[in-house]
Amino acid sequence: MQRYAPLAVAALLALVPFLGLSSYLMHIFILVIMWAIIGMAWNLLGGFTGLVSFGHAAFFGLGAYCAAIVYHHFAWSGWWGLPLSVVVVALFSLVMGFVVLRLRGPYFNLSTLAIGEVLRVTAQNLDKLTQGDLGILLSQRTWTEKQNYYWVVLLLALGTYYAVKALVGSRRGYYFVAIREDQDAAESLGINTTLNKTISLTVSGVLTGIAGAFYFNYMGYIDPKVVFDLPGISILAIMIVMVGGAATLTGPLVGSVIMVLLAEWVRSIPKLGAAHMSVFGVLLILMIIFLPNGLVGDFGKIRKLFRRKEAA
Amino acid sequence: MSALLEVRGVSRFFGGLAALSDVSFSLEQGEILGLIGPNGAGKTTMFNCVNGFYPPSRGEVFFKGERISGLKPYQICQRGMARTFQVVRPLQRMSTLDNVVASAFLRAKSRHAAVEKAEEILKFTNLWEVRDMLSKGLPLGLRKRLEIARALATEPELLLLDEACAGLNPSELDESIAIIRRIKERGITIMIIEHHMKVIMSISDRIVVLNYGQKLAEGTPEQISRNPQVIEAYLGEGE
Amino acid sequence: MPKLEVFLQTLIQGFLLGGLYALIGLGMALIMGVMKIINLAHGQLMMIAMYMAFWLFTLGHVDPYVSVLLAVPAMFGIGVAIQKWLINPLQRVDSIMPQNQIILTVGIGMVLTNLATLFFSGDYRSTPVSYATKAWYLSDFWKTSPLELSVSYKELVSFLVAAAITAALWFFLQKTDTGKSIRATAQDKDAALLMGVNVERMRVVTFGLGTALVGAAGCLFIPAYYLFPDLGGQFTTIAFVVTIIGGLGSTTGAIFGGLILAVFESFTATYVGMGWATVGRFVIFVAVLIFLPGGVYSLIRSKKLGK
Repeated sequence: MQRYAPLAVAALLALVPFLGLSSYLMHIFILVIMWAIIGMAWNLLGGFTGLVSFGHAAFFGLGAYCAAIVYHHFAWSGWWGLPLSVVVVALFSLVMGFVVLRLRGPYFNLSTLAIGEVLRVTAQNLDKLTQGDLGILLSQRTWTEKQNYYWVVLLLALGTYYAVKALVGSRRGYYFVAIREDQDAAESLGINTTLNKTISLTVSGVLTGIAGAFYFNYMGYIDPKVVFDLPGISILAIMIVMVGGAATLTGPLVGSVIMVLLAEWVRSIPKLGAAHMSVFGVLLILMIIFLPNGLVGDFGKIRKLFRRKEAA
Repeated sequence: MSALLEVRGVSRFFGGLAALSDVSFSLEQGEILGLIGPNGAGKTTMFNCVNGFYPPSRGEVFFKGERISGLKPYQICQRGMARTFQVVRPLQRMSTLDNVVASAFLRAKSRHAAVEKAEEILKFTNLWEVRDMLSKGLPLGLRKRLEIARALATEPELLLLDEACAGLNPSELDESIAIIRRIKERGITIMIIEHHMKVIMSISDRIVVLNYGQKLAEGTPEQISRNPQVIEAYLGEGE
Repeated sequence: MPKLEVFLQTLIQGFLLGGLYALIGLGMALIMGVMKIINLAHGQLMMIAMYMAFWLFTLGHVDPYVSVLLAVPAMFGIGVAIQKWLINPLQRVDSIMPQNQIILTVGIGMVLTNLATLFFSGDYRSTPVSYATKAWYLSDFWKTSPLELSVSYKELVSFLVAAAITAALWFFLQKTDTGKSIRATAQDKDAALLMGVNVERMRVVTFGLGTALVGAAGCLFIPAYYLFPDLGGQFTTIAFVVTIIGGLGSTTGAIFGGLILAVFESFTATYVGMGWATVGRFVIFVAVLIFLPGGVYSLIRSKKLGK
C-alpha cells in the first residue's frame, strides 16, 4: 500500500489543472513542485551525504543558461536545454568535485558558496555569451496556458523522487550516510569516499540543473542576478530541506510547500511585503535553534509539545 | 609460509618529529601479533601507515606480497585488511545493524546478501540484541565490539585492532578476549595494540615492542617479559 | 615611465586597502579561532556600523574617524547580544547537519541586510567629509621625481588607524590577562577551562571583540566608499577569503591575508577589468584551497618547526 502512495499522490496532483484554478494559483503549484525537485536534489548531497552546499544556485543557473543559450545563439527550442544541461552540469560537477570534494567541513561549505558567486559574476561579465545583466528573453513561450508546464514539472519531480529514493535505498545510500557520519571510518571500511562523494554531487547537481532549464522555459526570462542568486536560490534550497527535514525522502516536499507558500503570503502583506527576507531570516534562525531536524525530522518533538498541552 | 604483512624500514615524520624510525617486522598468516610500547611510542602511527591513512615517509609496507604503502585506506581494505580505531568511530546516526551492513557491502553483491552477512557477524560478536539501537546510544563496551564487527564484515585476512580492550570492565574484557580468539579460529590474522599486559601476554603468539618510534624488541611473550630493555622502558608505567 | 607608475600606484592602492581588509579579516579570524564559528553575518555587521557612522555624520556632523570611538563599543554590545541569545543556545542543539551555526549566521545576515533596506532604503550613501579629495602627490615631496604617485588622505588615514588598531589588538592579546585567556581558549578550550579560564565569558567577549573590530573597519571604510545594504554580503565574502588565505583562525595570517587579497584585487582591477575584481577574489580563494589549504599560517608554522 505504502509503495503506491507516491504514485497516488502524483495522480491526484495531475488532476489539479482540471480544477479550473486561476493562473496565479497554477503558478504557485508549479513553483512548489519545482522547488521540491531542487530540495530533493540538495538533500541528497546535504542531508544524506552530509556535504552542505551553499552554492546550489551554480547548478540551477547553469542549467537555466544551457536552455537560454541554446535558444538565443542557435535558435533551437529552449527545451533542448534540459538534456543539454544534464551533460553540461555533469561535466561541471566533475570539475567542481575535483576542486572542492577534497575539502572538509567549513572549507567545503565556503567553497561551494564561492563557486555559486563566481558563476554569477562570470555570467554577468561574459555578456557576449549570456547578454550579461540584460538577461535572455524567450520571445515565444511554448504554451500560453500553464497546465502543460505543470505536467512537465510534475513528471520531472516524480522522476527525481524515484531517482533519489532508489539511490538512497541502495548500497550507495549506505555509503553516503557512512561518509556523512564519519568519513575516515568509512574509508577504512573499504568505501571509496572520493568516488561516492562525486556521485552524490553530480546527481544532485544534474537534478538541480534540470530544474533550472525548466525554469527558463517556463518563466521565459532569466538573468544572472536571479538564477545565480545566493539568498533566493542557494539559501532557499537549504531552508526548504531544513524546514522539511534533512535526510528524509518527504522532507523537501513538505519544506517546499511551506516555504513557497510562506514567501507568497509574506509578499502579499502590504507593509510587510518588502521584509520577506527578514521573515525568512528569522524563520531560519528559529528553525535552527528549535527544530534543527525540520518538521519531518523533529516530528516527534512537535507531537510531544502538543501532547503536553493537552495534558495540561 | 610467506609473510602476510611485511613492514620494511618504515619511518614517519611529522614536521621535524620522527614518530617512527626505521621499523621492520613481519607477520605470518594465522598468528596474533601484539604491538606494545609506552604511550607515544608510535603504535597507532604504525597502524596508520600500514592501513593507508598516511604513507610512510620512508620504507615500505607489503601485504600478501604486494606493495601497499601509498595506497588509500579503502583500496587496502579491498585487498583484505581491516582496522578498528582507538577512539571508536561508530556511524552514529545509523543503527548497529546498519553500521555493519554498510561495511558488508564491500563484498556483498546485493543488499540482501549484505544484510545476511551483517546479521551473521552481529551474532558472532554478541551484538544481536542491540542490532536496532542507534549506535550512538551504545555503551563503550558494545561500541568497541561494533568496531570489531564492522571490520569483520569486510571479510579481512588481516585485522588491525587498536586498543580494542581499553576502558573495559573485567567481564567485558573476558568477552572481548573470547571474541578475538574466535576470530583467530576463523583463520584471520590479527595485529593488536594493547596496554593491558595480561591481555597481550595471554593471546599474542609474538610481540613487537616499540619505544620512541623505534623497534625495541621482538619475540614470544615469554622472551619479551624477560627482556631487560623492555622492562626498563616500562618502568614507572602503570599496569 | 607610465607602466611603472601604474604598477606602483596599483600596488600602493592595494596595500592601503589591505590594511582595512586585514582589520575585517581579523575580527572573523578571532571568532573562528576561539569559537570555531564561521560568522557569515560578519560583513552585514560591518554594514550596520557603517550606517551608524553615516547617521552620526549626517545628523551629528561627527567625523567618521571619530565615530570609531562611538561605534566600537556599540558594536561590541551588539556582538555580545548576538552571541548570548542566538549563538549560545545553538551549542545545545544536536542535528543531522553540523553546519547549523553557519546557517544561523546566514539567517542573521539576511535579517540585517533586509532591515537595513527597510529602514535606510537601498539608496547609496556616503559621508562627504571636507578632506574628501585631499591627496598627497609624490611630486610635492620629490620635485624631480620621474614618476607621479598619489596617495589619498582618506586611504592613508584609514590605513594608519587600522594599523594602530591592529597593534592595539596585538598588545591586548599578548600582554593582558583577558587577551591571554582568549588565546588559551582558542588553542585548547578544555585545557583553558581546567586552568580557571571562564570559557563562556571568553566566547562572549571574543564575539563582541570580533564585531567591534569589523565595526571599526566600517567606520574607516565609509569616508572613501559608498554605502548600501547589499554591501554586507560583499564584505562577508572578503572576510572569509582573507581568513582562508591567512589560515582559518589565525590572527597573524589574517593580516597577511588582507594585504595579499587587496593587492591581488587591485591588480586584477587594473589589468583585467573593474568588474573582474570580484572574480579575482574567488580565483585566489579557490587557488589557496587547492595549493595551500592551511593558508599563510601553515607556511609560518612550518618555518617555525624548522622543516
